[in-house]
Amino acid sequence: MSELLFADDETIAPPRRNGELVFESPWQSRVFGVAAALRERGLFTWDEFRVELIAAIADGEPEHEPYYASWQRALERLLAAKGACSASALDARERALEARPAGHDHR
Amino acid sequence: MSDHDHGDHDHDLAHPHDHDHDERGRRNALRVEALESLLVEKGLVEPAAIDAIIRYFEEQIGPMNGARVVARAWTDPAYKARLLRDATAAVAELGYGGAQAEHLVAVENGPKVHNVVVCTLCSCYPWPVLGLPPAWYKSFAYRSRVVREPRTVLREMGLDLPESVEIRVFDSSAEVRYMVLPERPAEAAGLDEAALAAWVTRDAMIGVGQPRAPERR
Repeated sequence: MSELLFADDETIAPPRRNGELVFESPWQSRVFGVAAALRERGLFTWDEFRVELIAAIADGEPEHEPYYASWQRALERLLAAKGACSASALDARERALEARPAGHDHR
Repeated sequence: MSDHDHGDHDHDLAHPHDHDHDERGRRNALRVEALESLLVEKGLVEPAAIDAIIRYFEEQIGPMNGARVVARAWTDPAYKARLLRDATAAVAELGYGGAQAEHLVAVENGPKVHNVVVCTLCSCYPWPVLGLPPAWYKSFAYRSRVVREPRTVLREMGLDLPESVEIRVFDSSAEVRYMVLPERPAEAAGLDEAALAAWVTRDAMIGVGQPRAPERR
């Protein structure tokens, strides 16, 4: 209801509608959504994720890469540590997806 | 030796060519797709649940929630006291809560004190009341500079505070997320809670701006 009440005010409108993109491209919202879904499921806590995120940001190139690239690395490391998804399985799936015929609907 | 003349080199370092961006973005997208597809096969996530989460964060939560909290605190002294004592409980009264607001602390601005919030290590931010953080909040420049030279950073962001005002910087963490309770503007006298909420900007609740009349934005 508050959204409707204040809908005419662009500064406090939801991020998309006030012109400031929270996510710069679909993969960024996807990696956020995957992490949030796994957290809801109890696979890890936000505190556990945050530890990996801090490490990923420290190892990354914060001025040259999108913020959610750090999320992606953090999530990969956490899932590998939890035994939920290994780096080698991920590499293999990535190669398989890349080998798809051109024109496939990549995200 | 001729490096002095070639400003471009620096420029290239700071702004990689577009095709580098495109290639990185393509790789990121492929990697995330691979990750999601494996997790779906393992039964750990469902695409529809991910869709719902993204939609929720894009549409349902945002700074309009925090604006309601601030406007309530401006008009209801008892609520304000509860907010300053236990912000997590106070925002829950208005229906906001969950991840990233379990240990919320509201810090009050006054005539002599201005508060500003950062997360120096990553991007901790009170999602349920402010939504997901804006790009600049997550930037290396903001995270590294606002602690060292808050007055300069705030001035660059358009908030020029008198020297007589002390600036306090709060570093959000896993333990505590902060939001700023700005001062109620004198010009907003006589307005009701809904009208006041329109004065409360996201930036005012991070501490890098002040509440402003809606029509002057």
